[in-house]
Amino acid sequence: MANRKNTSNLHVPEPEFRPGDLPDYSSINLDKEQWPGKPDTLVDAFETESHATGLVRAMKLNGEVYGEWNPNLKPDVLIQGLRNMLLTRIVDKRMFAMQRQGKLSFYMKSIGEEAIAVATAMALRDSDMVFPTYRQQGILMTRGWPVLDLMNQCLSNKADKLEGKAIPICYSVREKGFYSISGNLGTQMIQAVGWAMACAYKGTDSIAAAFTGEGATAEGDFHYALNFASTYRAPVIINVVNNQWAISTFQGIAAGQSRSFASRGLGFGLASLRVDGNDFLAVYAAVKWAAERARKGGGATVIEHFTYRKEGHSTSDDPSAYRPKGEAEIWPFGDPIDRLKEHLIKLGEWSQERQDALIAELKAHVLETYKKAESMGTLATPTNINPATMFEQVFEEVPTHLRRQRQELGI
Amino acid sequence: MPQKNNEQMTQMNMIEAIRSAMDVKMSQDPDVLVFGEDVGYFGGVFRCTAGLQEKHGLHRCFDTPIAEGGIIGAAVGMGAYGLRPVVEIQFADYIYPAYDQICSEAARLRYRSNGEFTAPLTIRTPVGGGIHGGQTHSQSPEALFTHISGLKTIIPSNPYDAKGLLIKAIEDNDPVLFLEPKRLYNGPFSGDPHMPARNWSKHELGLVPEGHYTIDFEKARTHREGANLTILCYGTMVWVAEAAVEATGVDAEILDLRSLLPLDLDAIVKSVNKTGRCLILHEATRTSGFGAELIAEVQQHCFYALEKPIVRVTGWDTPYPHALEWEYFPGLERCSDAIVRIMED
Repeated sequence: MANRKNTSNLHVPEPEFRPGDLPDYSSINLDKEQWPGKPDTLVDAFETESHATGLVRAMKLNGEVYGEWNPNLKPDVLIQGLRNMLLTRIVDKRMFAMQRQGKLSFYMKSIGEEAIAVATAMALRDSDMVFPTYRQQGILMTRGWPVLDLMNQCLSNKADKLEGKAIPICYSVREKGFYSISGNLGTQMIQAVGWAMACAYKGTDSIAAAFTGEGATAEGDFHYALNFASTYRAPVIINVVNNQWAISTFQGIAAGQSRSFASRGLGFGLASLRVDGNDFLAVYAAVKWAAERARKGGGATVIEHFTYRKEGHSTSDDPSAYRPKGEAEIWPFGDPIDRLKEHLIKLGEWSQERQDALIAELKAHVLETYKKAESMGTLATPTNINPATMFEQVFEEVPTHLRRQRQELGI
Repeated sequence: MPQKNNEQMTQMNMIEAIRSAMDVKMSQDPDVLVFGEDVGYFGGVFRCTAGLQEKHGLHRCFDTPIAEGGIIGAAVGMGAYGLRPVVEIQFADYIYPAYDQICSEAARLRYRSNGEFTAPLTIRTPVGGGIHGGQTHSQSPEALFTHISGLKTIIPSNPYDAKGLLIKAIEDNDPVLFLEPKRLYNGPFSGDPHMPARNWSKHELGLVPEGHYTIDFEKARTHREGANLTILCYGTMVWVAEAAVEATGVDAEILDLRSLLPLDLDAIVKSVNKTGRCLILHEATRTSGFGAELIAEVQQHCFYALEKPIVRVTGWDTPYPHALEWEYFPGLERCSDAIVRIMED
């Protein structure tokens, strides 16, 4: 580190641990802390200060529930949540492996962050539009979008409903309330606010839910979103998934001296919660709380989901180049799937055997589905998308100049 | 002009015509709403939205924070939902914070979702100089937007066209950038600031139907028919061209392009093939300006009809200066000189 020494008065923050360091989080003991209780959903936004800087939790690392936030879900709902998270993880692993074989150009896993997408989708109504980033595929699993459609999109094959127009993972599934994912980070937040304003304008009780990573909260769009959401009391939830890493940049570069990302909402007069993002019950309860607040006319809530990106940013990234190996394993917030499994076992509703059987069932389903998808083409096979489609959907109708360019291409 | 015989006509300036377009659409369609900086109670710094809030309600015409990216981003979300937002960016010079939301989002949403989500919004913004606005109130950034696929760029030159094109823009299912030459709000402009100011009160293009009508995009308007020279122009420069043609006595054809993208290439080619000469006028800076695109198309399609090299008269490649505004502006004298030169054998 000698050559990286800061020899000036300019403060440049660095993460606690870098490659070669032995990460140590033993000072953090979440289960012994007192965490904020559950306020009324129409509480004054400024009374959520302790929620914005503390942590909303409903279960300990070992799956035991505690505090006021337990949503008391029925076992079959919890098992459904577990299943959705497992499906998400298994699909991720399959697609990652297939990218390594050259079947698709690119993929992004959400491993370790499944509770955030899945519990959010289960706490919302299916008619509530979500404005996701590329790490909320768990919403699609939860809302029952066929895995085959997801794979076809990633493979850009002839069954891809987007006709190969978008890179893998940039899904668009209006029928499942899943807004078209943009590769430009942060832009969807203010669009979600606009959608929510439209919900209010039309007098519906639908809401919108936006997602961003902690890194893109530095974009102006985040501030536009919070400002507009506050000004027009838009029925929207702004979810900040703080997984500690924006590609290679640690969260402190976006956070600066802030105590949390959630606390940014307070300055705009928005209810703000920081949630243990690896706690399925807490995420569910927090989103339910924020959704009820929005539907009752209480306006927007900022929710920071505190989690950890266990793997690389994408298939193009190698995290061992900038953070210590093994940090994911000792991250003191546990794994969302393990924690919900333990919770269900404690309730007497689940067992390791049932877990193993479910994993085997899902793996077989995913493998079979993948084979079906691959039979319709992959990036490695000659494209079977009609080139004329390239000129379509630029506008509602193909204008003269695009028609001429299409003719130039010989079609 | 394609007006109906029994249509009630009123003399309007361009501000009134633009306001009338929004008023007509707001009355017809509850999904049309108007917002932007100072557009609500006050009615906009150029008064284009005056009275709309009072007539249609606070929820249909309202003020926003000073955040152009926020205005467009919110409009994209509303448009995706199914509303038809008509937003105002107070000056085109202020549009850059919204560039990402316009180019990467509004213009690309349809394509990347293969038609599942669309952004049928209209972005109105005043452009051009001649009002002592300096470099932050005078720019003409049209070429920055015609370069973007998925976006339509429209620029009227008179009240009649402004209303018909704006209604068309609001009804269009794709995002439309609607540029308003602010120097023309109150009247045509010859390009010579020392000539007496004119207004729209007696001009035939200021005679505007009160109700609903549209003008198709991709249709240039022949402002003046002529045999010996084609002048391609839009916005304020249409009127400078007219004055320059009068001053030089050349029998020139003036095409008011109106719709820069999609462009009426057929009208351009037909005219240049007829006259054999082509002069291009725009107020924006020259390098990589829209004139470069026009030159490329004209030389490709009319090469064998051309008797002289194509000439363009534009703003200089400098920021819009304050004190030297008339040295920057491609005014009557520069345009007249160019016409004389291009007509020399």
